[in-house]
Amino acid sequence: MDISVATPKALPRSLFRSDATQRILAFAALIVLIVVFSLASPNFLQFNNIIGILLATAVNGVLALGVTFVIITGGIDLSIGTVMTFSAVMTGVFITFWQLPIPIGLIGGIATGAFAGFINGVVIAKMKIPPFIATLGMMYVAKGLSLVISNLKPIYFNDTPEFRQIVMGSALGSIFPQVQVLQIPNAVLFLFGAAFVASFILGRTILGRYTFALGSNEEATRLSGVNVARWKIAVYALGGTFAGLGGVMMASRLNSAQPALGQGYELDAIAAVVIGGTSLSGGEGTIMGTIIGAFVMSVLVNGLRILSVPQEWQTVVTGAIVILAVYLDILRRRKS
Amino acid sequence: MSDILVTMEGIEKSFPGVHALSQCRFELYKGEVHALVGENGAGKSTMMKVLAGVYTKDAGRITYKGKEADIHTPRAAQLLGISMIHQELNLMPHLTVAQNIFIGREPRQSVKFMLDDKAINDNTQQLLDMLHLKIDPRTKVADLTVAKQQMVEIAKALSFNSEVLIMDEPTAALTEAEIDELFHIIRRLREQGVGTVYITHRLEELFMISDRVTVMRDGQYVGTVNTAETNRDEIIRMMVGRTIYEAAPDIPQNGQQDKVLEVKNLNRGRVLKDINFYLKRGEILGFAGLMGAGRTEVARAIFGADPIDTGEIYIQGQKVHIKSPSDAVRHGIGYLSEDRKRYGLTLGMDVEANVVLAAFRKFLGFLGVVNYSRTRITAEEFVRTLSIKTPSLKQKVKNLSGGNQQKLVVAKWLIADTDILIFDEPTRGIDVGAKSEIYKLLNDLAHQGKSIIMISSELPEILRMSHRIIVMCEGRITGELSSAEATQEKIMKYATERGGLIQTDDAPVPAAYSEVGNV
Repeated sequence: MDISVATPKALPRSLFRSDATQRILAFAALIVLIVVFSLASPNFLQFNNIIGILLATAVNGVLALGVTFVIITGGIDLSIGTVMTFSAVMTGVFITFWQLPIPIGLIGGIATGAFAGFINGVVIAKMKIPPFIATLGMMYVAKGLSLVISNLKPIYFNDTPEFRQIVMGSALGSIFPQVQVLQIPNAVLFLFGAAFVASFILGRTILGRYTFALGSNEEATRLSGVNVARWKIAVYALGGTFAGLGGVMMASRLNSAQPALGQGYELDAIAAVVIGGTSLSGGEGTIMGTIIGAFVMSVLVNGLRILSVPQEWQTVVTGAIVILAVYLDILRRRKS
Repeated sequence: MSDILVTMEGIEKSFPGVHALSQCRFELYKGEVHALVGENGAGKSTMMKVLAGVYTKDAGRITYKGKEADIHTPRAAQLLGISMIHQELNLMPHLTVAQNIFIGREPRQSVKFMLDDKAINDNTQQLLDMLHLKIDPRTKVADLTVAKQQMVEIAKALSFNSEVLIMDEPTAALTEAEIDELFHIIRRLREQGVGTVYITHRLEELFMISDRVTVMRDGQYVGTVNTAETNRDEIIRMMVGRTIYEAAPDIPQNGQQDKVLEVKNLNRGRVLKDINFYLKRGEILGFAGLMGAGRTEVARAIFGADPIDTGEIYIQGQKVHIKSPSDAVRHGIGYLSEDRKRYGLTLGMDVEANVVLAAFRKFLGFLGVVNYSRTRITAEEFVRTLSIKTPSLKQKVKNLSGGNQQKLVVAKWLIADTDILIFDEPTRGIDVGAKSEIYKLLNDLAHQGKSIIMISSELPEILRMSHRIIVMCEGRITGELSSAEATQEKIMKYATERGGLIQTDDAPVPAAYSEVGNV
């Protein structure tokens, strides 16, 4: 009788109750989308198109990973898109303007994002400004700084052709030149690598544990003696780090830092997180869900484009999907 | 003198607009259970939160084991060996039992930022075994009953190897068997030399568990007495600062009157099961039960605040469909929430505005212009008839006392022409003096022909006020008692009558139903 009787009961219930339902739904939706689009157009499952989808998912997916942490704490980060751009611009400054070695430029770019996230965290945790407002402010600050620093002009990486290869080259493809399936750009490896790291942090480390604890009951976490402010800052800094990685990837992919780009990316990232079953009220969420959510979005956009649906309508459909995903989440919650 | 653990002297604490503690003191010996009592708002919890590092004192001295201690954070208190179990459950529902217990001091792997979940679960299992709690460390806290969650909190506090354990009203949600279990644990801790501070408002518990009693009133220290040398009346006298006249229950016999409200076969998910009852004109129907028994949920279902799965509601014999609170109000039902500050009042507005808010339409004149002279006259009238104590109609509601706020909510519903009033914990947060005024008000309303459902967790209140008592447990009605036959013991028996569960010897029953309020 040492082992509790509650175990067999708790298991099936948590299956229905946790974010697993939403994740399964999102995964099912992804499969349905893929089946429908591949039936509707022979071009959809073409290798090049699949590469296109993967590339499109890479940056949004990486941004969404960072946002997942923030949303699990019950917060929000609206600055992720322009912080991404700011990181890209700073990478351009380091590599093209200052002609620093590429690895240093990469680290500098990612550190820029982490620093912006750190500032978000300080403003939220120490100055007690609500995350929505704090990160809205950072969204403008990062946007403005990008424009000021770049003098409104794109920064190109023409002196360093290797830079573009970081994301667009294919490490796997060069090792196995004859296997066509492995000719995938490094961006995809970055996405899955980042997802693996994120999943590890969320599930196995102290930061991940406190991410959930903050979102579940912040006051209780505080009363348990956890330095809530410090961990909140860490979570936003982590979100910024992923935005920095996204910025570097974006710069590499475009072979340039485009200072006017970026606004709106945060909404795509948040949408991916929500579709993946992470609750906006905090306390639950998974990395797997976010990756699935990011793929749902890019498959949807890609498929609609292949079916020649005009871009404006693609946006409308995306919006409807987000609302549907949140509504399913609310329905699920109401039942339990 | 060496066995004094804690001394608090000259403690001062103010919050904006409130002088919460003034020159307070407290003393705790090693191996004693020291009860801290007082009316709501006396400052008991505030005092202990100062000791536990939740609040920082404005002035005063805390001496811990002979040395002056500076306790600024909960962590600092824990490191000293001072833990507090808070009144409102302080758990993270999305985390497991083990994760909750070890939050903030998780065992790590050799790489410092990595968690050692095996150690967390194993240590928790040991701890739970030690307390004879049959809970799986891997269960999510949201899946436990309120009582089980309380036990997890206690396990958590004990896991600090605390020398000082503060419990703030720990028994509010527990059944009798669970309270026995808790007292058993407290006694064992006492033998080990732990000093326990036991905050409660249940006076009968003082005599079961405590060695000494300290009484506080209005943020001030009143006195400390040895439990063995005092009695209930003395404690009450110290609490209220005067001898209060406990009026004999005034229960006018209620003849065979018509049924104003009848509820048949009401069901809602796992929360409410086969609820059947009726309410007669001029009757006060008490709803008793433990926290999470589903009483508030019955009220919310009738009031249209929660959707129901099945069930019929009849008002004056007519079947009605109540889909929203506005439907309920149209049928003359008013609901006075237990959390009146959140749901019942607009605290930042004045008395007059609050009184007329619910029935604003009645005061609109030509072209929708508000007739302010009429709102004033009406507000004045209700302030007088309900004897609401306020300096003026322009007083902001947040500055009124709890009892007067409650009366204001009553006034609101009376203006809206409601015949059926559902009071959810009408005297929660109201001090003893104002309580009797609320009781008088309820009696007056019943005499005037209003029908009242009164949900209350305080058994003396239920017994004193109700013409008839319905007892609930885990979403079902488990008993009905007339005022003549009702006793605390009978009510408690029904309130702990869990359906479909076999109660094993002394061990608490494993979580079988998910509680309502914690999802």
